[in-house]
Amino acid sequence: MLAGMTANVVFGLLRAAVLVAALRAANGEIADYGIAATNTYVWIGQGLLGFILLWGTNELAERVRSGDVVVDLYRPWHLQSALLAQDLGRGGYAFLTRLAPPMAFGMLLFPFQFPADAVQWPLFLVSAVIALVISFACRFLIDVSAFWLVDNRGLYGFWNVTSGLLCGLTVPVAFFPGWAREVLWMTPFPALMQSPIDVFLGHGDPLRTLLHQVFWAVALLAAGHLALQRAVRKVVVQGG
Amino acid sequence: MIEVRELRREFKVATSKGLRRNYKTVTAVDGVTFDVAAGEAVGYVGPNGAGKSTTIKMLTGILVPTSGHIRVGDVDPSKQRRDLAKRIGVVFGQRSQLWWDLPLQDSFDLLRSIYRVSAEDYRRRLDECVELLGLREFLTTPVRQLSLGQRMRGEITAALLHAPELLVLDEPTIGLDLESKERLREFLADINTRRGTTLLLTTHDLDDIERLCPRLMVIDHGRVLADGPLEELRAEVTPDRELVIDLREPGPAPDVPGVTAVRSEANGLRHHLTFRRAETTAAQLITQVVRQVEVHDLAVVEPEIDDVIRKLYQRQLDQDVRR
Repeated sequence: MLAGMTANVVFGLLRAAVLVAALRAANGEIADYGIAATNTYVWIGQGLLGFILLWGTNELAERVRSGDVVVDLYRPWHLQSALLAQDLGRGGYAFLTRLAPPMAFGMLLFPFQFPADAVQWPLFLVSAVIALVISFACRFLIDVSAFWLVDNRGLYGFWNVTSGLLCGLTVPVAFFPGWAREVLWMTPFPALMQSPIDVFLGHGDPLRTLLHQVFWAVALLAAGHLALQRAVRKVVVQGG
Repeated sequence: MIEVRELRREFKVATSKGLRRNYKTVTAVDGVTFDVAAGEAVGYVGPNGAGKSTTIKMLTGILVPTSGHIRVGDVDPSKQRRDLAKRIGVVFGQRSQLWWDLPLQDSFDLLRSIYRVSAEDYRRRLDECVELLGLREFLTTPVRQLSLGQRMRGEITAALLHAPELLVLDEPTIGLDLESKERLREFLADINTRRGTTLLLTTHDLDDIERLCPRLMVIDHGRVLADGPLEELRAEVTPDRELVIDLREPGPAPDVPGVTAVRSEANGLRHHLTFRRAETTAAQLITQVVRQVEVHDLAVVEPEIDDVIRKLYQRQLDQDVRR
């Protein structure tokens, strides 16, 4: 846990340094991001990364591959809901150990842009939880693909490489050219990370941001539910 | 409890040849029909790939049959999988339903919540299993540190916490030492007779069957080869029994009517007399033998259950060839 926190903070320092250097070169502001907003963006992003678990463990896919998933399937539960509950529980722990520390670090030691309106705090929390649900739903879909692909590590690798860039972790989505921004906001990616940060910084209409998130959370969970149902009907459970 | 009619399940198996990918259909279960009454204990045996696990996956609702009819406790398993799951327990000898990193006790607590067992029932059932299976000393040990024998006892407890009407065991004694096996069998026999829990178990260890299951079903290539009490199958398939006598002094084998073959060893100290089950009883034979020679010791040997099953397979092969 401590090692994870240290690595997280070190990467935060690197990202803040690079982005602030870029800002200085661009006369102190890019697309609504000044020095304080940028530092805030970096430290919230560092915290959200562990909280939403953008890069998961592929555990379910491994269980599909080995056939151990039969044990998950014969329990009297809805597998997707059960795993979501488990992930929310993990989120509760990660809130204390992964989200709060880097944010506190940023607040104490860097120029930090606090919300102008107190209501942004609870909205940020709601948005972060929806982001976690979306992250879960995406990981679940990738996991379920193992029923067809058997070995889905390629897909997982692809997700790990692209999701960080597209969700606004590497640079804020606002830094993308206009056409790319429009395309990105039609996908669930910004809802994973950029949305809660926007809500916190007061960028854009928070209700619209939240609605976009809710839409994707519902759509992706529904897709996962259908995919699992189909997988169970059509697909072989591995092993004797 | 279980009602299965003309059950079939086919799989598509990919056969790659260069870049072309073809599919061939493999029938894992091919028209299986049987019933299991509540309270029965049935052994389901067959070689690897015979279709045992596939049948079990269909009975538990994890796999959807290609065709045929299944009812388990009046429920269609694949349609009402969650309702059924509350009423049956499943133990896969080669898989674990416990949480690898949690103490055994925590796994049980989680299962209590998943199956929504009342605190009182849970306490009572868990205490009983802890007592009978001797779990107390490792109840707080993480599952990953348990020995296989300890873990299997944990697995069986986990499957019984919701007091299932049917307990399905897929190779429950695989890899266990003799003592652990015996302990498990004793416990399973006890819950079968005392609680009336229906047992269906697949196994390669025929002692499990001998010890636990009055009824045996033999399956191969997806078809039921034989179904009935072990004793009947034994009588039908292997009509011969053997009387082994040890003489006080080396000598020729006694000449007794009803004996079809004699094999001697240890310079005439020991003789194996083969006789027909249907024609002669062991008692008749023994009376005759002790009249003729001075016997030091004797024993009646039943054919091993392995022999029974091997002969059943052989018979099926012969039939297939003739057809």
